[in-house]
Amino acid sequence: MRDSSAFHGAHVPRSVITCGGAGSERASRCGAAAGPVYPCRVSRIVVLDYGSGNLRSAERALRRVGADVTVTADADLAVEADGLVVPGVGAFAACMTGLRSVGGPRIIERRLAGGRPVLGICVGMQVLFDRGVEWGEETDGCGQWPGTVERLKADVLPHMGWNTVRAPEASVLFAGLPADTRFYFVHSFGVRRWELEESDVLRPPLVTWAHHGEDFVAAVENGALAATQFHPEKSGDAGAAVLSNWLRDVVG
Amino acid sequence: MGVAVRVIPCLDVDAGRVVKGVNFADLRDAGDPVEMAAVYDAEGADELTFLDVTASSGERATMLDVVRRTAEQVFIPLTVGGGVRTPEDIDTLLRAGADKVSINTAAIARPELLGECARRFGSQCIVLSVDARRVQDGPPTASGFEVTTHGGRRGTGIDAVEWAARGQELGVGEILLNSMDADGTRAGFDIEMIEQVRKVVDVPVIASGGAGKVDDFLPAVRAGADAVLAASVFHFGTLRISEVKNGLRAGAVEVR
Repeated sequence: MRDSSAFHGAHVPRSVITCGGAGSERASRCGAAAGPVYPCRVSRIVVLDYGSGNLRSAERALRRVGADVTVTADADLAVEADGLVVPGVGAFAACMTGLRSVGGPRIIERRLAGGRPVLGICVGMQVLFDRGVEWGEETDGCGQWPGTVERLKADVLPHMGWNTVRAPEASVLFAGLPADTRFYFVHSFGVRRWELEESDVLRPPLVTWAHHGEDFVAAVENGALAATQFHPEKSGDAGAAVLSNWLRDVVG
Repeated sequence: MGVAVRVIPCLDVDAGRVVKGVNFADLRDAGDPVEMAAVYDAEGADELTFLDVTASSGERATMLDVVRRTAEQVFIPLTVGGGVRTPEDIDTLLRAGADKVSINTAAIARPELLGECARRFGSQCIVLSVDARRVQDGPPTASGFEVTTHGGRRGTGIDAVEWAARGQELGVGEILLNSMDADGTRAGFDIEMIEQVRKVVDVPVIASGGAGKVDDFLPAVRAGADAVLAASVFHFGTLRISEVKNGLRAGAVEVR
Protein backbone atom coordinates (compact mmCIF):
# COMPACT_ATOMS: atom_id res chain seq x y z
CA MET A 1 0.00 0.00 0.00
CA ARG A 2 1.76 3.16 -1.21
CA ASP A 3 -0.55 5.63 0.46
CA SER A 4 -1.11 4.18 3.87
CA SER A 5 -2.55 7.50 4.93
CA ALA A 6 -4.82 7.64 1.89
CA PHE A 7 -8.04 7.04 3.71
CA HIS A 8 -9.13 9.41 6.37
CA GLY A 9 -12.16 11.11 7.77
CA ALA A 10 -15.10 9.98 9.75
CA HIS A 11 -16.05 6.41 10.37
CA VAL A 12 -18.83 5.34 8.03
CA PRO A 13 -21.54 3.55 9.96
CA ARG A 14 -22.91 0.28 8.71
CA SER A 15 -26.24 1.85 7.88
CA VAL A 16 -25.20 4.73 5.70
CA ILE A 17 -27.07 7.99 5.96
CA THR A 18 -27.04 10.18 2.90
CA CYS A 19 -28.78 13.38 3.78
CA GLY A 20 -27.60 16.65 2.25
CA GLY A 21 -28.72 20.09 3.38
CA ALA A 22 -32.04 20.54 5.12
CA GLY A 23 -34.99 22.57 4.03
CA SER A 24 -35.32 21.85 0.33
CA GLU A 25 -38.70 21.83 -1.33
CA ARG A 26 -38.37 18.08 -1.57
CA ALA A 27 -37.49 17.72 2.06
CA SER A 28 -38.36 14.30 3.35
CA ARG A 29 -37.54 12.08 6.24
CA CYS A 30 -34.85 9.57 5.70
CA GLY A 31 -32.00 7.79 7.40
CA ALA A 32 -31.53 4.45 9.07
CA ALA A 33 -34.73 3.06 10.48
CA ALA A 34 -33.33 2.63 13.97
CA GLY A 35 -31.23 5.77 14.05
CA PRO A 36 -32.05 9.45 14.27
CA VAL A 37 -34.30 10.87 11.57
CA TYR A 38 -33.06 13.89 9.65
CA PRO A 39 -35.04 16.11 7.34
CA CYS A 40 -33.13 16.04 4.08
CA ARG A 41 -33.17 16.56 0.37
CA VAL A 42 -33.32 13.32 -1.56
CA SER A 43 -31.09 13.31 -4.63
CA ARG A 44 -32.77 12.39 -7.89
CA ILE A 45 -30.46 9.98 -9.70
CA VAL A 46 -30.90 8.63 -13.21
CA VAL A 47 -29.26 5.32 -14.07
CA LEU A 48 -28.79 5.52 -17.82
CA ASP A 49 -30.54 2.62 -19.51
CA TYR A 50 -28.77 1.82 -22.74
CA GLY A 51 -29.14 -1.94 -22.70
CA SER A 52 -26.20 -2.77 -20.45
CA GLY A 53 -26.60 -5.44 -17.81
CA ASN A 54 -26.28 -4.33 -14.23
CA LEU A 55 -28.88 -1.55 -14.18
CA ARG A 56 -31.02 -3.04 -11.44
CA SER A 57 -28.02 -3.64 -9.19
CA ALA A 58 -27.02 -0.01 -9.52
CA GLU A 59 -30.60 1.08 -8.97
CA ARG A 60 -30.98 -1.01 -5.80
CA ALA A 61 -27.64 0.02 -4.36
CA LEU A 62 -28.32 3.73 -4.90
CA ARG A 63 -31.77 3.38 -3.39
CA ARG A 64 -30.20 1.63 -0.41
CA VAL A 65 -28.13 4.75 0.32
CA GLY A 66 -31.14 7.00 0.05
CA ALA A 67 -31.33 8.20 -3.55
CA ASP A 68 -34.53 8.58 -5.56
CA VAL A 69 -33.58 6.47 -8.57
CA THR A 70 -35.01 6.31 -12.09
CA VAL A 71 -33.70 3.87 -14.69
CA THR A 72 -34.31 5.49 -18.05
CA ALA A 73 -32.87 6.41 -21.45
CA ASP A 74 -34.87 9.64 -21.57
CA ALA A 75 -32.36 12.35 -22.47
CA ASP A 76 -34.18 15.19 -20.71
CA LEU A 77 -34.50 13.25 -17.47
CA ALA A 78 -30.87 12.15 -17.75
CA VAL A 79 -29.65 15.72 -18.28
CA GLU A 80 -31.82 17.21 -15.56
CA ALA A 81 -31.25 14.66 -12.76
CA ASP A 82 -29.15 15.69 -9.79
CA GLY A 83 -26.77 12.87 -10.65
CA LEU A 84 -26.32 10.53 -13.63
CA VAL A 85 -24.92 7.02 -13.28
CA VAL A 86 -23.52 5.35 -16.39
CA PRO A 87 -23.21 1.62 -15.72
CA GLY A 88 -21.69 -0.88 -18.12
CA VAL A 89 -20.74 -4.52 -18.44
CA GLY A 90 -19.47 -6.61 -21.33
CA ALA A 91 -17.47 -5.35 -24.28
CA PHE A 92 -16.28 -1.76 -24.75
CA ALA A 93 -17.49 -1.63 -28.36
CA ALA A 94 -20.94 -2.98 -27.51
CA CYS A 95 -21.29 -0.48 -24.67
CA MET A 96 -20.30 2.44 -26.91
CA THR A 97 -22.82 1.32 -29.52
CA GLY A 98 -25.52 1.15 -26.87
CA LEU A 99 -24.49 4.45 -25.35
CA ARG A 100 -24.52 6.22 -28.73
CA SER A 101 -27.95 4.78 -29.53
CA VAL A 102 -29.43 6.76 -26.63
CA GLY A 103 -27.29 9.86 -27.22
CA GLY A 104 -25.19 9.04 -24.17
CA PRO A 105 -22.02 10.96 -25.07
CA ARG A 106 -24.07 14.11 -25.70
CA ILE A 107 -26.01 13.67 -22.44
CA ILE A 108 -22.73 13.36 -20.54
CA GLU A 109 -21.28 16.43 -22.24
CA ARG A 110 -24.33 18.56 -21.61
CA ARG A 111 -24.29 17.59 -17.95
CA LEU A 112 -20.58 18.28 -17.55
CA ALA A 113 -20.93 21.65 -19.30
CA GLY A 114 -23.30 22.57 -16.49
CA GLY A 115 -21.13 21.02 -13.79
CA ARG A 116 -23.72 18.33 -13.13
CA PRO A 117 -22.34 15.10 -11.62
CA VAL A 118 -21.81 11.94 -13.67
CA LEU A 119 -20.58 8.61 -12.25
CA GLY A 120 -19.32 5.88 -14.58
CA ILE A 121 -19.13 2.31 -13.32
CA CYS A 122 -16.91 -0.46 -14.78
CA VAL A 123 -17.23 -0.28 -18.57
CA GLY A 124 -19.19 2.90 -17.82
CA MET A 125 -15.85 4.27 -16.59
CA GLN A 126 -13.85 2.81 -19.47
CA VAL A 127 -15.98 4.49 -22.16
CA LEU A 128 -15.15 7.90 -20.66
CA PHE A 129 -11.58 7.52 -21.98
CA ASP A 130 -10.38 8.22 -25.52
CA ARG A 131 -10.46 4.67 -26.83
CA GLY A 132 -10.76 1.00 -26.08
CA VAL A 133 -8.77 -1.78 -27.73
CA GLU A 134 -10.29 -5.23 -27.36
CA TRP A 135 -9.02 -8.15 -29.41
CA GLY A 136 -7.26 -5.85 -31.87
CA GLU A 137 -10.37 -3.78 -32.50
CA GLU A 138 -10.08 -0.10 -31.61
CA THR A 139 -13.23 1.79 -30.63
CA ASP A 140 -13.57 5.49 -29.89
CA GLY A 141 -14.79 6.30 -26.41
CA CYS A 142 -16.35 9.51 -25.08
CA GLY A 143 -12.94 11.18 -24.85
CA GLN A 144 -13.46 12.89 -21.51
CA TRP A 145 -10.02 11.73 -20.42
CA PRO A 146 -6.99 10.85 -22.55
CA GLY A 147 -5.93 7.23 -22.45
CA THR A 148 -6.56 3.78 -23.76
CA VAL A 149 -8.52 0.88 -22.28
CA GLU A 150 -6.61 -2.29 -23.06
CA ARG A 151 -6.14 -5.84 -21.85
CA LEU A 152 -4.40 -6.07 -18.50
CA LYS A 153 -1.20 -8.09 -18.22
CA ALA A 154 -1.96 -10.60 -15.48
CA ASP A 155 -1.73 -14.35 -14.97
CA VAL A 156 -5.45 -14.75 -14.35
CA LEU A 157 -8.11 -12.77 -16.23
CA PRO A 158 -10.83 -11.61 -15.78
CA HIS A 159 -9.64 -9.82 -12.66
CA MET A 160 -12.56 -11.11 -10.63
CA GLY A 161 -13.03 -10.53 -6.94
CA TRP A 162 -12.29 -8.20 -4.06
CA ASN A 163 -9.21 -6.01 -4.25
CA THR A 164 -7.77 -3.03 -2.42
CA VAL A 165 -7.19 0.39 -3.96
CA ARG A 166 -4.73 3.23 -3.38
CA ALA A 167 -6.67 6.46 -3.18
CA PRO A 168 -5.13 9.92 -2.99
CA GLU A 169 -5.47 11.72 0.30
CA ALA A 170 -7.95 14.28 -1.02
CA SER A 171 -10.30 11.63 -2.38
CA VAL A 172 -13.96 12.27 -1.70
CA LEU A 173 -15.24 8.89 -2.90
CA PHE A 174 -13.01 6.93 -0.51
CA ALA A 175 -13.20 9.32 2.43
CA GLY A 176 -13.63 7.54 5.74
CA LEU A 177 -12.76 4.10 4.40
CA PRO A 178 -9.76 2.23 5.85
CA ALA A 179 -6.84 1.61 3.49
CA ASP A 180 -7.41 -2.14 3.45
CA THR A 181 -11.03 -1.85 2.27
CA ARG A 182 -11.78 -4.17 -0.64
CA PHE A 183 -14.07 -3.58 -3.62
CA TYR A 184 -15.50 -6.03 -6.12
CA PHE A 185 -13.89 -5.96 -9.56
CA VAL A 186 -14.73 -7.95 -12.65
CA HIS A 187 -12.93 -6.93 -15.83
CA SER A 188 -10.14 -8.00 -18.18
CA PHE A 189 -9.44 -4.58 -19.64
CA GLY A 190 -8.40 -1.39 -17.93
CA VAL A 191 -6.50 1.88 -18.12
CA ARG A 192 -2.87 1.01 -17.52
CA ARG A 193 -1.41 4.50 -17.93
CA TRP A 194 -2.83 7.83 -16.86
CA GLU A 195 -2.00 10.09 -19.80
CA LEU A 196 -3.37 13.44 -18.76
CA GLU A 197 -0.50 15.92 -18.65
CA GLU A 198 -0.17 18.07 -15.61
CA SER A 199 -1.24 21.64 -16.00
CA ASP A 200 -0.51 24.71 -13.92
CA VAL A 201 -3.97 26.13 -14.44
CA LEU A 202 -6.22 23.08 -14.17
CA ARG A 203 -6.81 21.18 -10.99
CA PRO A 204 -5.56 17.65 -11.73
CA PRO A 205 -8.07 14.80 -11.41
CA LEU A 206 -7.63 12.49 -8.43
CA VAL A 207 -6.62 9.07 -9.69
CA THR A 208 -7.01 5.93 -7.55
CA TRP A 209 -5.01 2.85 -8.52
CA ALA A 210 -5.37 -0.87 -7.97
CA HIS A 211 -3.06 -3.76 -8.80
CA HIS A 212 -3.68 -7.03 -10.60
CA GLY A 213 -0.61 -8.23 -12.45
CA GLU A 214 0.13 -4.54 -12.93
CA ASP A 215 -1.24 -1.18 -11.82
CA PHE A 216 -4.43 0.09 -13.42
CA VAL A 217 -6.84 2.94 -12.79
CA ALA A 218 -9.47 1.96 -10.22
CA ALA A 219 -11.24 5.32 -9.94
CA VAL A 220 -11.04 8.89 -11.16
CA GLU A 221 -12.48 11.98 -9.48
CA ASN A 222 -12.48 14.99 -11.75
CA GLY A 223 -14.88 17.68 -10.61
CA ALA A 224 -18.36 16.69 -11.71
CA LEU A 225 -17.05 13.62 -13.51
CA ALA A 226 -16.22 10.57 -11.42
CA ALA A 227 -15.86 6.90 -12.21
CA THR A 228 -14.92 3.56 -10.71
CA GLN A 229 -13.58 0.43 -12.42
CA PHE A 230 -14.96 -1.69 -9.59
CA HIS A 231 -18.65 -2.25 -8.92
CA PRO A 232 -19.71 -0.21 -5.87
CA GLU A 233 -23.20 -1.69 -6.27
CA LYS A 234 -21.73 -5.17 -5.68
CA SER A 235 -19.16 -4.21 -3.07
CA GLY A 236 -21.33 -4.60 0.01
CA ASP A 237 -21.01 -1.94 2.71
CA ALA A 238 -17.75 -0.60 1.25
CA GLY A 239 -19.49 0.07 -2.05
CA ALA A 240 -22.43 1.65 -0.27
CA ALA A 241 -20.01 4.02 1.48
CA VAL A 242 -18.53 5.07 -1.88
CA LEU A 243 -21.98 5.68 -3.38
CA SER A 244 -22.99 7.52 -0.24
CA ASN A 245 -19.90 9.73 -0.44
CA TRP A 246 -20.68 10.47 -4.06
CA LEU A 247 -24.29 11.35 -3.30
CA ARG A 248 -23.45 13.54 -0.35
CA ASP A 249 -20.28 15.29 -1.45
CA VAL A 250 -20.37 15.30 -5.25
CA VAL A 251 -24.07 15.34 -6.07
CA GLY A 252 -24.79 17.35 -2.89
CA MET B 1 -1.74 -6.65 -2.06
CA GLY B 2 -3.76 -8.26 -4.74
CA VAL B 3 -7.15 -9.73 -5.37
CA ALA B 4 -8.43 -11.78 -2.44
CA VAL B 5 -9.21 -15.48 -2.68
CA ARG B 6 -12.99 -15.73 -2.58
CA VAL B 7 -14.89 -17.94 -0.17
CA ILE B 8 -18.26 -18.83 -1.67
CA PRO B 9 -21.09 -20.63 0.08
CA CYS B 10 -23.42 -22.53 -2.23
CA LEU B 11 -27.10 -22.98 -1.49
CA ASP B 12 -28.96 -25.86 -3.06
CA VAL B 13 -32.47 -24.61 -3.71
CA ASP B 14 -35.43 -26.86 -4.48
CA ALA B 15 -38.73 -25.20 -5.39
CA GLY B 16 -37.66 -22.03 -3.61
CA ARG B 17 -36.43 -23.72 -0.41
CA VAL B 18 -32.91 -24.45 0.82
CA VAL B 19 -32.40 -28.20 0.64
CA LYS B 20 -30.14 -28.62 3.64
CA GLY B 21 -30.73 -27.07 7.04
CA VAL B 22 -28.43 -25.06 9.20
CA ASN B 23 -28.11 -24.27 12.88
CA PHE B 24 -27.61 -20.55 13.12
CA ALA B 25 -29.23 -19.27 16.26
CA ASP B 26 -30.30 -15.97 14.78
CA LEU B 27 -32.08 -17.51 11.83
CA ARG B 28 -35.86 -17.54 11.77
CA ASP B 29 -36.20 -19.75 8.72
CA ALA B 30 -33.23 -21.87 7.69
CA GLY B 31 -35.16 -22.96 4.63
CA ASP B 32 -35.48 -19.47 3.18
CA PRO B 33 -32.65 -18.92 0.68
CA VAL B 34 -33.07 -15.16 0.86
CA GLU B 35 -32.55 -15.11 4.60
CA MET B 36 -29.66 -17.57 4.35
CA ALA B 37 -28.04 -15.37 1.70
CA ALA B 38 -28.24 -12.38 4.04
CA VAL B 39 -26.67 -14.41 6.86
CA TYR B 40 -23.79 -15.54 4.64
CA ASP B 41 -23.31 -11.98 3.45
CA ALA B 42 -23.11 -10.75 7.04
CA GLU B 43 -20.62 -13.54 7.83
CA GLY B 44 -18.26 -12.34 5.12
CA ALA B 45 -19.12 -14.45 2.08
CA ASP B 46 -17.41 -12.95 -0.97
CA GLU B 47 -20.06 -14.17 -3.38
CA LEU B 48 -23.10 -16.39 -3.22
CA THR B 49 -24.06 -19.28 -5.44
CA PHE B 50 -27.55 -20.68 -5.80
CA LEU B 51 -27.85 -24.08 -7.39
CA ASP B 52 -31.41 -24.71 -8.54
CA VAL B 53 -32.04 -28.41 -8.06
CA THR B 54 -35.76 -28.13 -8.77
CA ALA B 55 -36.80 -31.17 -10.73
CA SER B 56 -40.00 -29.89 -12.26
CA SER B 57 -39.74 -27.09 -14.79
CA GLY B 58 -43.09 -25.74 -13.60
CA GLU B 59 -41.43 -24.48 -10.45
CA ARG B 60 -38.64 -22.60 -12.16
CA ALA B 61 -40.46 -19.30 -11.66
CA THR B 62 -40.01 -19.78 -7.93
CA MET B 63 -36.25 -19.55 -8.39
CA LEU B 64 -36.57 -16.26 -10.22
CA ASP B 65 -38.49 -14.87 -7.30
CA VAL B 66 -35.78 -16.07 -4.92
CA VAL B 67 -33.09 -14.41 -7.07
CA ARG B 68 -35.08 -11.19 -7.25
CA ARG B 69 -35.66 -11.02 -3.51
CA THR B 70 -32.03 -11.86 -2.76
CA ALA B 71 -30.73 -9.17 -5.08
CA GLU B 72 -32.95 -6.63 -3.30
CA GLN B 73 -31.18 -7.34 -0.02
CA VAL B 74 -27.71 -8.63 -0.70
CA PHE B 75 -25.12 -6.40 -2.33
CA ILE B 76 -22.45 -8.94 -3.21
CA PRO B 77 -22.23 -10.95 -6.45
CA LEU B 78 -24.74 -13.73 -6.95
CA THR B 79 -24.23 -16.70 -9.28
CA VAL B 80 -27.15 -18.90 -10.23
CA GLY B 81 -26.91 -22.31 -11.85
CA GLY B 82 -28.96 -25.43 -12.40
CA GLY B 83 -31.10 -26.20 -15.40
CA VAL B 84 -29.78 -23.33 -17.50
CA ARG B 85 -30.31 -24.36 -21.11
CA THR B 86 -30.79 -21.36 -23.36
CA PRO B 87 -29.66 -17.74 -23.75
CA GLU B 88 -33.21 -16.80 -22.74
CA ASP B 89 -32.79 -18.63 -19.42
CA ILE B 90 -29.68 -16.56 -18.80
CA ASP B 91 -31.34 -13.32 -19.83
CA THR B 92 -34.20 -14.01 -17.42
CA LEU B 93 -31.84 -14.79 -14.52
CA LEU B 94 -29.66 -11.74 -15.16
CA ARG B 95 -32.72 -9.52 -15.31
CA ALA B 96 -33.95 -11.00 -12.04
CA GLY B 97 -30.69 -9.90 -10.41
CA ALA B 98 -28.11 -12.66 -10.93
CA ASP B 99 -24.63 -11.35 -11.72
CA LYS B 100 -23.33 -14.60 -13.17
CA VAL B 101 -24.98 -17.72 -14.51
CA SER B 102 -23.38 -21.14 -14.56
CA ILE B 103 -23.96 -23.55 -17.42
CA ASN B 104 -23.35 -27.25 -17.13
CA THR B 105 -25.19 -30.02 -18.99
CA ALA B 106 -26.56 -27.84 -21.77
CA ALA B 107 -23.02 -26.90 -22.79
CA ILE B 108 -21.98 -30.55 -22.98
CA ALA B 109 -24.81 -31.17 -25.41
CA ARG B 110 -24.00 -28.03 -27.40
CA PRO B 111 -20.67 -26.32 -26.62
CA GLU B 112 -21.41 -23.40 -28.97
CA LEU B 113 -23.96 -22.26 -26.40
CA LEU B 114 -21.04 -20.99 -24.29
CA GLY B 115 -19.71 -18.79 -27.08
CA GLU B 116 -23.15 -17.45 -27.95
CA CYS B 117 -23.82 -16.53 -24.34
CA ALA B 118 -20.37 -15.03 -23.74
CA ARG B 119 -20.79 -12.80 -26.79
CA ARG B 120 -24.30 -11.76 -25.90
CA PHE B 121 -23.94 -11.20 -22.17
CA GLY B 122 -20.17 -10.79 -21.74
CA SER B 123 -17.64 -13.36 -20.56
CA GLN B 124 -17.75 -11.94 -17.06
CA CYS B 125 -21.17 -13.40 -16.36
CA ILE B 126 -20.82 -16.86 -17.93
CA VAL B 127 -19.45 -19.59 -15.68
CA LEU B 128 -18.75 -23.09 -16.99
CA SER B 129 -19.65 -25.60 -14.33
CA VAL B 130 -17.67 -28.83 -14.77
CA ASP B 131 -18.76 -31.90 -12.79
CA ALA B 132 -15.69 -34.11 -13.09
CA ARG B 133 -14.44 -37.42 -11.71
CA ARG B 134 -11.57 -39.80 -12.23
CA VAL B 135 -12.33 -42.17 -15.07
CA GLN B 136 -13.56 -45.44 -13.59
CA ASP B 137 -14.49 -48.05 -16.17
CA GLY B 138 -14.81 -46.14 -19.46
CA PRO B 139 -11.97 -45.51 -21.92
CA PRO B 140 -9.21 -43.42 -20.29
CA THR B 141 -8.92 -39.70 -20.98
CA ALA B 142 -5.61 -37.86 -21.35
CA SER B 143 -5.94 -36.19 -17.96
CA GLY B 144 -7.51 -39.17 -16.22
CA PHE B 145 -10.58 -37.04 -15.45
CA GLU B 146 -13.88 -37.07 -17.28
CA VAL B 147 -16.93 -34.85 -17.35
CA THR B 148 -20.05 -36.35 -15.79
CA THR B 149 -23.75 -35.59 -15.91
CA HIS B 150 -26.66 -36.48 -13.66
CA GLY B 151 -24.93 -35.41 -10.48
CA GLY B 152 -21.80 -37.42 -11.21
CA ARG B 153 -23.58 -40.69 -11.88
CA ARG B 154 -23.10 -40.77 -15.63
CA GLY B 155 -19.70 -40.45 -17.34
CA THR B 156 -19.46 -38.72 -20.73
CA GLY B 157 -15.95 -39.80 -21.73
CA ILE B 158 -15.11 -36.12 -22.33
CA ASP B 159 -11.73 -35.14 -20.85
CA ALA B 160 -12.59 -32.74 -18.03
CA VAL B 161 -9.36 -30.77 -18.28
CA GLU B 162 -9.70 -30.35 -22.05
CA TRP B 163 -13.33 -29.36 -21.53
CA ALA B 164 -12.33 -26.59 -19.13
CA ALA B 165 -9.81 -25.30 -21.67
CA ARG B 166 -12.43 -25.47 -24.40
CA GLY B 167 -14.81 -23.44 -22.23
CA GLN B 168 -12.21 -20.72 -21.90
CA GLU B 169 -11.64 -20.75 -25.67
CA LEU B 170 -15.36 -20.34 -26.21
CA GLY B 171 -15.32 -17.30 -23.96
CA VAL B 172 -16.49 -18.24 -20.47
CA GLY B 173 -15.17 -15.96 -17.74
CA GLU B 174 -14.76 -18.56 -15.01
CA ILE B 175 -14.60 -22.30 -14.37
CA LEU B 176 -16.52 -23.86 -11.50
CA LEU B 177 -14.71 -27.16 -10.97
CA ASN B 178 -16.69 -29.71 -8.99
CA SER B 179 -15.01 -32.94 -8.02
CA MET B 180 -17.77 -35.56 -7.99
CA ASP B 181 -15.42 -38.04 -6.33
CA ALA B 182 -14.72 -35.68 -3.45
CA ASP B 183 -18.23 -34.20 -3.27
CA GLY B 184 -19.91 -35.14 -0.02
CA THR B 185 -16.87 -36.97 1.38
CA ARG B 186 -15.58 -34.00 3.41
CA ALA B 187 -12.13 -35.53 2.82
CA GLY B 188 -10.67 -32.47 1.08
CA PHE B 189 -10.63 -31.07 -2.44
CA ASP B 190 -9.28 -33.04 -5.40
CA ILE B 191 -5.94 -31.24 -5.55
CA GLU B 192 -4.66 -32.98 -8.66
CA MET B 193 -7.77 -32.00 -10.60
CA ILE B 194 -7.38 -28.35 -9.60
CA GLU B 195 -3.70 -28.38 -10.57
CA GLN B 196 -4.39 -29.89 -13.96
CA VAL B 197 -7.14 -27.41 -14.80
CA ARG B 198 -5.07 -24.48 -13.49
CA LYS B 199 -2.33 -25.42 -15.95
CA VAL B 200 -4.59 -25.08 -18.98
CA VAL B 201 -6.81 -22.10 -18.18
CA ASP B 202 -6.10 -18.54 -17.13
CA VAL B 203 -9.65 -17.58 -16.25
CA PRO B 204 -10.47 -17.85 -12.54
CA VAL B 205 -11.03 -21.36 -11.19
CA ILE B 206 -13.48 -22.03 -8.36
CA ALA B 207 -12.67 -25.26 -6.53
CA SER B 208 -15.65 -27.22 -5.26
CA GLY B 209 -16.31 -30.59 -3.70
CA GLY B 210 -14.81 -32.23 -0.63
CA ALA B 211 -14.46 -29.40 1.88
CA GLY B 212 -14.70 -30.82 5.39
CA LYS B 213 -12.41 -28.82 7.64
CA VAL B 214 -10.54 -25.52 7.72
CA ASP B 215 -7.27 -27.14 6.66
CA ASP B 216 -8.81 -28.43 3.41
CA PHE B 217 -9.02 -24.99 1.82
CA LEU B 218 -5.36 -23.92 1.77
CA PRO B 219 -4.15 -26.82 -0.43
CA ALA B 220 -6.90 -26.01 -2.96
CA VAL B 221 -5.70 -22.40 -3.15
CA ARG B 222 -2.05 -23.50 -3.39
CA ALA B 223 -3.07 -25.82 -6.23
CA GLY B 224 -4.28 -22.76 -8.09
CA ALA B 225 -7.88 -22.10 -7.11
CA ASP B 226 -8.90 -18.44 -7.18
CA ALA B 227 -11.99 -19.18 -5.16
CA VAL B 228 -13.24 -22.00 -2.94
CA LEU B 229 -16.85 -23.10 -2.78
CA ALA B 230 -18.59 -25.29 -0.26
CA ALA B 231 -22.17 -26.15 0.55
CA SER B 232 -22.77 -28.62 3.35
CA VAL B 233 -20.04 -27.52 5.78
CA PHE B 234 -21.57 -24.06 5.76
CA HIS B 235 -25.19 -25.32 5.70
CA PHE B 236 -24.73 -27.47 8.73
CA GLY B 237 -22.68 -24.87 10.55
CA THR B 238 -19.66 -27.22 10.70
CA LEU B 239 -17.53 -24.33 9.51
CA ARG B 240 -18.09 -20.62 9.53
CA ILE B 241 -16.90 -18.49 6.66
CA SER B 242 -14.70 -16.48 9.02
CA GLU B 243 -12.96 -19.68 10.18
CA VAL B 244 -12.15 -20.63 6.61
CA LYS B 245 -10.81 -17.14 5.96
CA ASN B 246 -8.71 -17.17 9.12
CA GLY B 247 -7.26 -20.50 8.04
CA LEU B 248 -6.33 -19.11 4.65
CA ARG B 249 -4.93 -15.94 6.20
CA ALA B 250 -2.71 -18.06 8.45
CA GLY B 251 -1.35 -19.63 5.27
CA ALA B 252 -0.44 -16.16 3.92
CA VAL B 253 -3.37 -16.12 1.50
CA GLU B 254 -5.07 -12.77 0.98
CA VAL B 255 -8.72 -12.81 1.96
CA ARG B 256 -11.28 -10.09 2.43
